[in-house]
Amino acid sequence: MASLGELERSVMEVLWTSDAELTANDLRDVLSVRDEPGRSIATTTVLTVLSRLERKGFVTRTRAMRPHRYRALLSREEHTAELMHEVLDRTTDRDAALARFVGTATAGEAATLRRLLDELARS
Amino acid sequence: MLAVSAVLGALALALAWPVPVALSRAAWPSRAPAAALALWQAIALAGGLSMIGCLLAFGSAPAGSLPAAIGALAPHLLAGPLPAGFGVTHVAALTLAAAVALLLMLNLALTAVRAERERRRQHQLIDLLSDPLPGAPSTRVLAHPVPLAYCVPGIRTATVLTDGLVEALDHDELAAVIAHERTHLDQLHHLVRLAFRAWHSAIPWFPIANRAERSVVTLTEMLADDGARRAVGTDALSRALERVGDAGESGSYPESPAGANLDAAMLAARLDRLRVDPTGAEDEERDVRSVRAAALVASVALVAVPVIAMIAILGIVP
Repeated sequence: MASLGELERSVMEVLWTSDAELTANDLRDVLSVRDEPGRSIATTTVLTVLSRLERKGFVTRTRAMRPHRYRALLSREEHTAELMHEVLDRTTDRDAALARFVGTATAGEAATLRRLLDELARS
Repeated sequence: MLAVSAVLGALALALAWPVPVALSRAAWPSRAPAAALALWQAIALAGGLSMIGCLLAFGSAPAGSLPAAIGALAPHLLAGPLPAGFGVTHVAALTLAAAVALLLMLNLALTAVRAERERRRQHQLIDLLSDPLPGAPSTRVLAHPVPLAYCVPGIRTATVLTDGLVEALDHDELAAVIAHERTHLDQLHHLVRLAFRAWHSAIPWFPIANRAERSVVTLTEMLADDGARRAVGTDALSRALERVGDAGESGSYPESPAGANLDAAMLAARLDRLRVDPTGAEDEERDVRSVRAAALVASVALVAVPVIAMIAILGIVP
């Protein structure tokens, strides 16, 4: 059985590549097919993983009908951009939370990188 | 008690302005970064204790000790009159001391909580977005073209490299970057940085706090460089610094906001010291050793003065 962390990744991979909103059962089916045959994942496990992901702000659900339909809140690229922004942002307390390689970028570089990131995010 | 107050006041003033200015301008810290880092911490700690102690000693002077002063003032806290010997200035000094101590501690707690929250978010994102780098424990690779390396300190640690960095550097240079981040994590640099960040944010208008934080960040980078040097060698580290240092400045956005010069200066200082042969002349080595010893003695002495004074203020020693 894969760990919760690995399952979270697998679920996100599926949601990130899916155009439609998916139910927990849809996700269970996709994940069970991808994993080795004969090893299926329980729907309750998928629901646990989904609620963890929802709490962390990666997943949102439509409650209009049952069963609930889930989708990724942001794309993988947007989350990566968020991560990079947090690392490069030195106007807040983030400097206290992390340590970078070259302190990292000089302020000029950081500004340049932020602009590049914004463009990447828009494109 | 008034003499104690005067001594602490003088010490607080010295540690608030001339001493940190001199230290931030000195050349020796780049050769003995660990001792300089200890001295900075001693200056900050002794400076804060001296300021608070100066106010406490002045405020409790009429009663002879802080517990006696509190005993005398407490019954009259809500309704006057003030007990004999105490004036408004004494009460003001004691109140101010309490306020300063509270402000500093609250700020430290707040900064720590924010940093912890930030790290938790980092781990969540890293877990989902990055892949482990084979052969390097708790090192992850993030798919992004911008070359960047950083570490997330704490109980659970992570070193993160981007694709862009992995592509830009060769094997040894990458090993140097990882060793640099490992040193940050192993030597718990984030704790020192946290304390100075908190101090800076408690008094953001005070230029010395900014200067101190900058120096501390530079010194921790130098210590991490030394760790990378020991692990991988000076050449690989220098090359990595030069490459990554240039990486963002591709020239497409030729802008230079305020502060860029300072950061470029930090990088230049780190590269400069790598050019000096670490196993240099014997005289040089002896110099560094005596500077290091002097800095450590000064650190202990600086902290000892306000601590001994505090013991006297608390009336533990007659």
